Amino acid sequence: MTMLLPLMTASAARAEGGTFWMPKAASTYAQDVDDVFYFIYYTDAVFFAVLMAAMILMAIKYRRKGEAEVTPVIKGNHTLELAWSVFPTFLLVAMFWLGFKGWMNMAVPPADAMEVRVIGQKWNWTYQYPAANIDGVDYPSFEVAGADAACMDRVTDPSRDIECNAALVVPAGKPVKLVMNSRDVLHSFFVPDFRMKRDVIPGRYTQQWFEAPEVGEHNVFCTEYCGDRHGYMYSKVQVKSPADFEAWKLEQHKKAAASGLVSGAELGAQLFASKGCAGCHKIDGTKLVGPWLNGKFGTVEQLEGGATVTIDEGYLRESILVPGAKVVAGYPPSMPPYQGQLDDRQVEGLIEYIKSLK
Amino acid sequence: MSTSTLDGVGHGAPGTSYLNAKSGLMSWLFTIDHKRIGVMYLVTVLSFFLVGGLLALGIRTELLTPAGDVFSAAVYNKLFTLHGAIMVFLVLVPAIPATLGNFLLPLQLGTIDVAFPKLNLLSFHIYLLGAFFLVFTLVTGGVDTGWTFYTPYSSTSADGNVVAALTGAFILGFSSILTGLNFIVTVHKMRAPGVTWLRMPLFVWAIYATSVIQVLATPVIAITLFLLIFEKIVGIGIFDPALGGDPVLFQHFFWFYSHPVVYVMVLPAFGVMSETITVHSRKHIFGYTAIAASSIAIAAVGFIIWGHHMFVSGQSELSGTVFSLLTFAVAIPTAIKLCSWIATLYRGSIQWNSPMLYSLGFLWIFAIGGLTGLFLATLSTDVHFHDTYFVVAHFHYVMMGGVLFALIAGMHHWWPKITGRMFNDKIGRINWVLAFVGYNLTFFPQFVAGSQGMPRRYHQYLPEFQMWNQLSTLGSYLFGLSLFIILAYLLHSIFKGVKAPSNPWGAASLEWQTKSPPVEHNFEADVICTYGPYDYDAHRAAQS
Repeated sequence: MTMLLPLMTASAARAEGGTFWMPKAASTYAQDVDDVFYFIYYTDAVFFAVLMAAMILMAIKYRRKGEAEVTPVIKGNHTLELAWSVFPTFLLVAMFWLGFKGWMNMAVPPADAMEVRVIGQKWNWTYQYPAANIDGVDYPSFEVAGADAACMDRVTDPSRDIECNAALVVPAGKPVKLVMNSRDVLHSFFVPDFRMKRDVIPGRYTQQWFEAPEVGEHNVFCTEYCGDRHGYMYSKVQVKSPADFEAWKLEQHKKAAASGLVSGAELGAQLFASKGCAGCHKIDGTKLVGPWLNGKFGTVEQLEGGATVTIDEGYLRESILVPGAKVVAGYPPSMPPYQGQLDDRQVEGLIEYIKSLK
Repeated sequence: MSTSTLDGVGHGAPGTSYLNAKSGLMSWLFTIDHKRIGVMYLVTVLSFFLVGGLLALGIRTELLTPAGDVFSAAVYNKLFTLHGAIMVFLVLVPAIPATLGNFLLPLQLGTIDVAFPKLNLLSFHIYLLGAFFLVFTLVTGGVDTGWTFYTPYSSTSADGNVVAALTGAFILGFSSILTGLNFIVTVHKMRAPGVTWLRMPLFVWAIYATSVIQVLATPVIAITLFLLIFEKIVGIGIFDPALGGDPVLFQHFFWFYSHPVVYVMVLPAFGVMSETITVHSRKHIFGYTAIAASSIAIAAVGFIIWGHHMFVSGQSELSGTVFSLLTFAVAIPTAIKLCSWIATLYRGSIQWNSPMLYSLGFLWIFAIGGLTGLFLATLSTDVHFHDTYFVVAHFHYVMMGGVLFALIAGMHHWWPKITGRMFNDKIGRINWVLAFVGYNLTFFPQFVAGSQGMPRRYHQYLPEFQMWNQLSTLGSYLFGLSLFIILAYLLHSIFKGVKAPSNPWGAASLEWQTKSPPVEHNFEADVICTYGPYDYDAHRAAQS
């Protein structure tokens, strides 16, 4: 590690806002991750220096001087062996604990986090923002499509400073929760400046959250190999000031309303009627064959057999595709499975619709 | 170590060795002599190492510049897939156990062969069959899944002959299982009189622990690969979510084997270190019992930490926490080994020759590999480093640097025994500088590129990572050159080298108490072991 010391100082100045080892810390928990990193780093550096110094100095001091040299028989030393077994254990437990604490913070999104759906597919990202009521007007949901050819061009030819439009736009100073899934193979959503990464999986939902305190732009990489253009599956996070963000968002909502495109929730509402869901599920808080669906999202239900489940995207998806897997207590397991009958976009639409039912 | 003639049966005429006792190609391909099988493995493994290494140089050449301009993305993806698959399945897993392990295990135990010589030959033939499938995959256009074969990419989207590659890996598993089984029985049943458990060389302990892992873990990867083949051919949903399967389940199965297999690679390397460091500092090993026990501990704990490959995969937070804690537990026995080897140097008589320099190089490389592992065992920092070049650098330091430097140290150390010739140590020492600098220049910059955020398996990358990639590529060329130089002077020694005495390093373990190269049945007389493998005082007394 010492051999690169001269480079370290030069490069630290080079990396904009970052250090030799880490890119700039642009989320609320990034500094905590870096603190844990440097705790391990300096611990490592001390151990490495001591061990290697001992090795090199002894190799020099005890270099063989003659073929007849005789060495003492030293078979071990219990005190020393105990010391180097026990002492590092304390440091390892400390590392575990620091990493665990930081990780739990990263794993639990704040309750007031703004939600954005992230959809990965070969080889771009799509960001969906939910429907909203702004100043008394209902606006449909909208998505920022991941047509990211411009981003790719910018990577292959940095001299062309092309505006990269497939960006996840978020407000500064507000927690954002990403609910993610994939339309095809595994992907992973990685923002180095945020120290944030989570796999994006077909057929199930994963989530992560961040809060970026400052206005700025940050790289997004796919970090799970996904085929030919894995290395090109690149996007940006644009952090705008809250006022700029609200203006941008309103503009997008208006565009979506003007375009007349069917949003996910509207598609869901159509399917809810056309696929016969309404025959068993009411949306007014009363029981029919199956449970009512309004106001259910985010609540905890008792299952047949005593377990409980939180009604989230993953549970809704499973209950649409394989209803028999987790049946709510007090209802018959009579719903037919829709596995193979609905495509991914339709399932997502239904989930959006159910989420919108208050 | 005393050897005395008890029956004197079948030990060959004077002047013959295992190399010239029989001749002709068939006498090699169908030999049941563990030494010849070891040599054949060595030749085959090194040949595949050459192939895997050239693929790596292709990867490094592509990464000289940010743009993907040397190969197309599709070709690049096949390069790193085959590099990984060949290096893991054909090179690193058998690198030490099947080559030096085969050659040395019976010699170090003072016996004539492994317990099941014909089974040993079968292992080699199965290895060749598995290798054939991987070579077939390579020459028929390759495969682009990554060596990890993650689903659902491998089952639905991959380009190339995935089934052939999987079949190859599946078959290779059986070779590994049979070798492991053979070695376990050999250690239990074939030790010469006087070779008690605590008088076994630590290389034998390491091979023993390795064999246990091979026998227990390899069937799981075999089942996993079989299920994947089954899913691809029959279309039953096991891992593919579109068919109702679970892609994360594949990762659990895969790492349940592929984490322990890291110890299949590196435990034998530890074993080599315990031999080379003691012999070339003419010093009793420091903490024999602790080193032997730590091999077993690493093998055991290695089975329950696979989930640390999956902290961001979507497994539960509770699983992640438990796997993180358990992963730290494996750091202790590893640290014990490192400290014990360095303590062995104290007041030793240290030779600065090629085997010792590569051993000291191993300690340097493995210290970096091990210490950087702590960032990856820690939950919050692993989230950042996972699947970046930081991980690439870490596992190359551990698996490739560790295993390769140990293998090279071991090849130099036992070269006189295997070939009966001495190599040119002066060239070896000079070339070591090139290898050591080249190695570190290749992989150290990758830590920085990764921590700055460069993901792995990228055909192109952002310009800000360019400096680190260029340093790395330069290093890889130097390192590649140094390996060709080693090949050259070792081959040269076979034809022109000075004849080796039976014990050129003054070692006390049993393999040095017979001729170089050994006779067909290893020892000219039956072996009775009266002192331990690191007891240089007793050895000296017995010689005089």
